Amino acid sequence: MSLVESPTQTKELSRPFEAGGSAEARGGLVLALAGNPNAGKTTLFNALTGLRQKVANYPGVTVERKEGVWAFETGTGETTSVRIIDLPGLYSLDAASIDEQIARDVLTGRVEDLPAPDVVVAVVDATNLERNLYLVTQLLETNRPVVVALTMIDLAEREGLEIDAEKLSKGLGARVVPVVSKQRRGLDELAEAVFEAARSGAGRGAGWRLSDEAEAELSRLAGVAGVSLEKDGRGAAVSARAKALRELYAQELPEDEERREVIRAARERLSARSKNWWQEPLLARYEWIERVAAGAVRSRLRRIGDATEHRGATERIDRFLTHKFIGPLVLLIVMLLVFQTIFSWASVPMDLIDRGFGALGEAVRASVPPGLLTDLLADGIIAGVGGVLVFLPQILLLFFFISLLEDTGYMARAAFLMDRLMRGVGLHGKAFMPLLSSFACAIPGIMATRTIENPKDRLATILIAPFMSCSARLPVYTLMIAAFFSEQKLFGLVSTGVVIIMSMYLLGVAVAIGVAWILKHTILKAPPPPLILELPPYRLPNLLNIAQTMRSRAWIFVKRAGTVILAISILLWALVTFPRTGMPPVGQETQSAVSQATRETGVEARGEPAPGTHPSPQESDEAGERLRHSFAGRAGHLLEPLIAPLGFDWKMGIGLIASFAARETLVSTLSIVYNVGPDATEESPSLIDAVRRARRPDGSPAWTPLVAVSLMVFFVLACQCMSTVAIVRRETNSWRWPLFMVGYMLVLAYVASFITYQGGRLLGFS
Amino acid sequence: MKVWRAESAARAGGRGRAQASPLETTKATTANETTKASPSLDAAKTGTPLDTLPFGVTARVVSLNGERAIVRRLMEMGVVPGAPVRVVKAAPLGDPLEVRVRGYHLALRRAEARTIQVVTENS
Repeated sequence: MSLVESPTQTKELSRPFEAGGSAEARGGLVLALAGNPNAGKTTLFNALTGLRQKVANYPGVTVERKEGVWAFETGTGETTSVRIIDLPGLYSLDAASIDEQIARDVLTGRVEDLPAPDVVVAVVDATNLERNLYLVTQLLETNRPVVVALTMIDLAEREGLEIDAEKLSKGLGARVVPVVSKQRRGLDELAEAVFEAARSGAGRGAGWRLSDEAEAELSRLAGVAGVSLEKDGRGAAVSARAKALRELYAQELPEDEERREVIRAARERLSARSKNWWQEPLLARYEWIERVAAGAVRSRLRRIGDATEHRGATERIDRFLTHKFIGPLVLLIVMLLVFQTIFSWASVPMDLIDRGFGALGEAVRASVPPGLLTDLLADGIIAGVGGVLVFLPQILLLFFFISLLEDTGYMARAAFLMDRLMRGVGLHGKAFMPLLSSFACAIPGIMATRTIENPKDRLATILIAPFMSCSARLPVYTLMIAAFFSEQKLFGLVSTGVVIIMSMYLLGVAVAIGVAWILKHTILKAPPPPLILELPPYRLPNLLNIAQTMRSRAWIFVKRAGTVILAISILLWALVTFPRTGMPPVGQETQSAVSQATRETGVEARGEPAPGTHPSPQESDEAGERLRHSFAGRAGHLLEPLIAPLGFDWKMGIGLIASFAARETLVSTLSIVYNVGPDATEESPSLIDAVRRARRPDGSPAWTPLVAVSLMVFFVLACQCMSTVAIVRRETNSWRWPLFMVGYMLVLAYVASFITYQGGRLLGFS
Repeated sequence: MKVWRAESAARAGGRGRAQASPLETTKATTANETTKASPSLDAAKTGTPLDTLPFGVTARVVSLNGERAIVRRLMEMGVVPGAPVRVVKAAPLGDPLEVRVRGYHLALRRAEARTIQVVTENS
């Protein structure tokens, strides 16, 4: 018998295409978009849906769930719409990664509140036909109606390949529609093919056969399940064979006890014939693909798949970009550019946001009668929202570059160049980019780890990302160096400050390497993940795709991490505000430390405050007094015995607590504690002076150069950043990992500061 | 089984070539054929591991032997027995390798490349 006859109708659609009424009323078709990475799937999805799409996560995992609505006019002039689920890019349905697992669940309707798709549109890159068709064979095996959207035909023609869509269609047993997404060519034909496939309601099943022995096993297994072609019809028979195939060749055994035994026996019989018995379906699929492709593709060069064909533009470009010496040099320049952008250029819009929210807070204070509610509004909520939005420029810029590099194909080359180095630490080549971005800010860096497929590698990368000295640590370093190491030179040559800042960056990197190594050998222990990475052909970037990526990343950050950041900033506001002492009502200048601080979140440096906004000494004293009596102030006192071995007093303790909002908050908190006024910056002479003159109760100076170094070491290693915690919570989908991260980083910071301070004292430093 | 022993001998001998049994003859097949001969998966055909293939030389895959998850992914990517492959170059630090297969480029570490046995056309 042949499985290739015209598909019988096993399922009549209750919502025929021609029926009247709105698509919403009919429920509409559900369509899944599947395809290899780099096959042009995203471009097609964007072309079909325009801006009618939403991005979320699949429940319980961090795989992105993209959905959209495809609205178009039917032949009768009526508008109808189709719900499109954009599956993650995949090479296979054999659940090797979470992405593939999710894709299979979606196709089989096992995802919550997501119906099984009526039709699957397989996006196939014409320039890479054979490998792209592998996924198609698997989709055909699922017995769902499949329509092939053939992309990049223009590029294929330029490479000398002529693909006959009709013949390919015949060979595959599924409609093949050539599309050019950017010019919207072929989309009407695609719509027509989708509805036709939905009406027929069934796919064609597998087109290939295994050896007689293996086929006999499959028939036996399908028979054991009680399904036969004669009794149940073709659709059921195809499904039963697909199920038997999956069970027989999966790496695990099925749950069911009885079935388990049957499968085990079948596997033993097959493995007695050949050790590599399980490779048979993979080979059979490719042999079938080669036959189908050979019938449909005419090459003006030599047979595709033959490695002797012409060496395209990509290989010529790679002669430079992955060259032994030029390659790393180009990578360095590209990285410098990205780094420069997120590190310094982003500070312009960040300052604007920062000042805008500062001004908004002032405006609220000026127009609303002073009181607790006003404080909450201005210092808690407005400052908190500002603290969230201030990250957007960095996130948008970083993802502009990341999607640009991904889209052009360069990102895979960066991983190719860096893999050997990263592997030394036990990480994947793809971890390079997120870690580098973390030097500007860990938030976008952690969001960028999504390109790492292996969950353990990804987690290890996330957990070490905050060790990269981010821009928020700079104000702390700057203040300490200005106060204690300015104008000092080492050996009369280099400025001590520069050496210290460099050491802090290196300390972060060194600890990150050590922690990565430990993590990969303990809780995240796993064999080194294989690197089997496609180096896609270089292509011109698609600006719409890039804009969509930036939009969705920004939205994810604001929606998920933003809520946590806002909540924590209100909590911190309360900690420094309550309990209120019997102070007279305060004017607009005397704000609490955290409000000031949260507005500064993420901004490395602020200019001197505008003249005239300096608080009077008396008001500064009041603010300082209030802070000292707040919960945070009392906690500082409580903490003192604990942090005394690090060289810190209780005033610094308040700073440590408040700087959980963001590291640079330490600066504004110290200025309040030392009654300098909240608007001092790390370069203000008054603050530097106050730090130098601060005394302990016994009259000895509170700060010494050694204390300053100890504090800097603490800031390098401690996870003093609620936004990082929020984003890790969001990216790992649990509170376990962010809490673990805060915990182990705190322990490390404590131990390192302890060693620095106590060791320094033993060595005679002060 | 004879096929096995040749394979294990090849493994025991590291890169040394074991006596390869003659290639199986595969029946001519067409897309609609319902039965066909057992595909040529067997490790009996030993070649050289891909990571020892000189750059720029086209060779044909004869078998894949290694950790199942890795071999599966390689085969899904089109590296199956019979497919022509060519090592284009190595990354600056000598690893990973860039391999051309089925008209596209794939980066593999040497460890993964070692699971792929190839023979050159003229050997």
